Amino acid sequence: MNILKLSAKNLSRNKLTTVLNIVLVAFGVGILSILFLASTQIGDKLESNSKDIDLVVGAKGSPLQLILSSIYHIDFPTGNIPAKDAQALMQNPMVKRAVPLALGDNYQGYRIVGTDSSFTGLYGLKVAKGSFWNKDLEATIGSAVATESKLNVGDHFFGAHGLSNSNDEHKQHAYIVKGILAPQGNVTDNLILTNIGSVYKMHEPSHEEDQHHHGEEEKEINNREITSLLIQYRSPMSVVIFPRMVNQSTNMQAASPAMESARLFSLIGVGIETLKWFAILIMAISALSVFISLFNSMKEKKYDLAIMRCLGASKTKVFFLVMLEGLMITVTGALIGLAIGHIALTLIGHFQESSQARLTGYYFLTDELYLIGAGLVIGIIASIIPAVQTYKVDIASTLSKDK
Amino acid sequence: MIKIQSLTHQYNQVPKLQFPDWEIKDAEQWLLLGSSGSGKSTLLNIIAGLLKPQNGEVILDGTSVYQLSSRKMDQFRGQKIGIVFQKPHFIKSLNIYDNIAIASSLAGLPIDAKRISLLLETLGLAGKAKKYAEELSQGQLQRASIARALVNHPSVLIADEPTSSLDDENAENVISLLTEQAASSNASLIVATHDNRVRNRLSKECLLS
Repeated sequence: MNILKLSAKNLSRNKLTTVLNIVLVAFGVGILSILFLASTQIGDKLESNSKDIDLVVGAKGSPLQLILSSIYHIDFPTGNIPAKDAQALMQNPMVKRAVPLALGDNYQGYRIVGTDSSFTGLYGLKVAKGSFWNKDLEATIGSAVATESKLNVGDHFFGAHGLSNSNDEHKQHAYIVKGILAPQGNVTDNLILTNIGSVYKMHEPSHEEDQHHHGEEEKEINNREITSLLIQYRSPMSVVIFPRMVNQSTNMQAASPAMESARLFSLIGVGIETLKWFAILIMAISALSVFISLFNSMKEKKYDLAIMRCLGASKTKVFFLVMLEGLMITVTGALIGLAIGHIALTLIGHFQESSQARLTGYYFLTDELYLIGAGLVIGIIASIIPAVQTYKVDIASTLSKDK
Repeated sequence: MIKIQSLTHQYNQVPKLQFPDWEIKDAEQWLLLGSSGSGKSTLLNIIAGLLKPQNGEVILDGTSVYQLSSRKMDQFRGQKIGIVFQKPHFIKSLNIYDNIAIASSLAGLPIDAKRISLLLETLGLAGKAKKYAEELSQGQLQRASIARALVNHPSVLIADEPTSSLDDENAENVISLLTEQAASSNASLIVATHDNRVRNRLSKECLLS
């Protein structure tokens, strides 16, 4: 029979109050941990996907949209740019590496990206099975695509028009899977890579049934257009000159992933900040609630504590008994809160539509230790006053008095 | 063996209480008598180490109780002194067995499950070990508090008006158990009372005036 067990018994005597307090702490910690986990994961994803890309050049429109569509493959592209203009930029001496992208098709929601071998260099891609694409209509698929669509090397599949799952398939040409990429932990896991020629071929007006559909795109193909260019500078000095040159002297726009990500984060930031304060408020309320219930139970517990003192418990022991009750509530609450956070994120990830930015609960942060620390601090704050009161209990008079 | 010497104590604005020197040998059984306000409870609390007197000394088994540090004194009290109050107080979240067991662990002694069941049995509480305080009657609780007071083999057993809230039968029962159990544990017994049902049961008397 130690004081830990006694604290637990005391708490289980007032089950409802204990549960209420634990739930309050758990909610506060849970919301905070969801925020921590989600914002860190999103931040990491944004960063790992754009880490080697200095600039994206595409059709005029929203720069954020251009970044989202060309780097994160979430939004729709802003439009197309003429291939020959892109070619001119690729040859610019300030450009170390330029990766052309041709978007527009998907297979079961996975985007088919027409590009060249520089793409693999940019992302440092390796094949786990098979080989990279070589010829038209050959494709190398990301690891997540392979596991989820059950495609294997040698399989054939039809691309569908558009960027989200649709039935408008390009039946006239089938892709063949040449290889599967090793998992990269970034957006390329969810892409199907092929050469630009394949994308053009898909949209050639060779079949009559497609003509009415693709009449508009005929022009694009004749003029040979691509969607965007991912650019790596030769020197950091180009940061200032190059985008200005693109924006002013060509009919295209240049968008910096770093700047647009920062802008995106500042937009979500307000919501995250609000939620964070809300969670902190809940935790403050939980501290108050734990305090009130401990304080109220002190009247009743005065006898228990006096008996314990009388039976040989020292003042410090009794002090820690009361502290321990507060701490057990808040630390249990904090642990449950962390569990809620991870379970919630796993569920969110499970039901998430876009696989490009999928969140996972199997992700642990050192910041979470601070949340347990916060639980401890709340427990200490809430129970210190009731615990100090135990020092004032006069054993003799408490026990001689009738109840 | 207990010895008290030149004890005085004063509560706020109340005439000073002065206690006679008193020596209680091992296994002696004493009644502490006196009208209310004569300081019976105060003296018992002082002997029990619960109330520090303004002057004087309490020596229990060769240890001057109030020379001990507060922490040592708490432990000393837990090990050497068994106390039975007028109203039996128990920790509500623990059952009777655990309430008695915690007396051992709080005093820093190992829990002796055999002794606890033996005590409960001799005190007629054999079936009540798993019950909680609110499920027992006053008489049963008073007997359970005797078991708790005796569990650590104290050298002195102190009872403050142990029978005042009990009916004749229970009072008779409790006082017999106190004297029998104190004798069998070889503990000195001090019973403070103004209950006439108790007066003729103990041989020695100390009268406070």
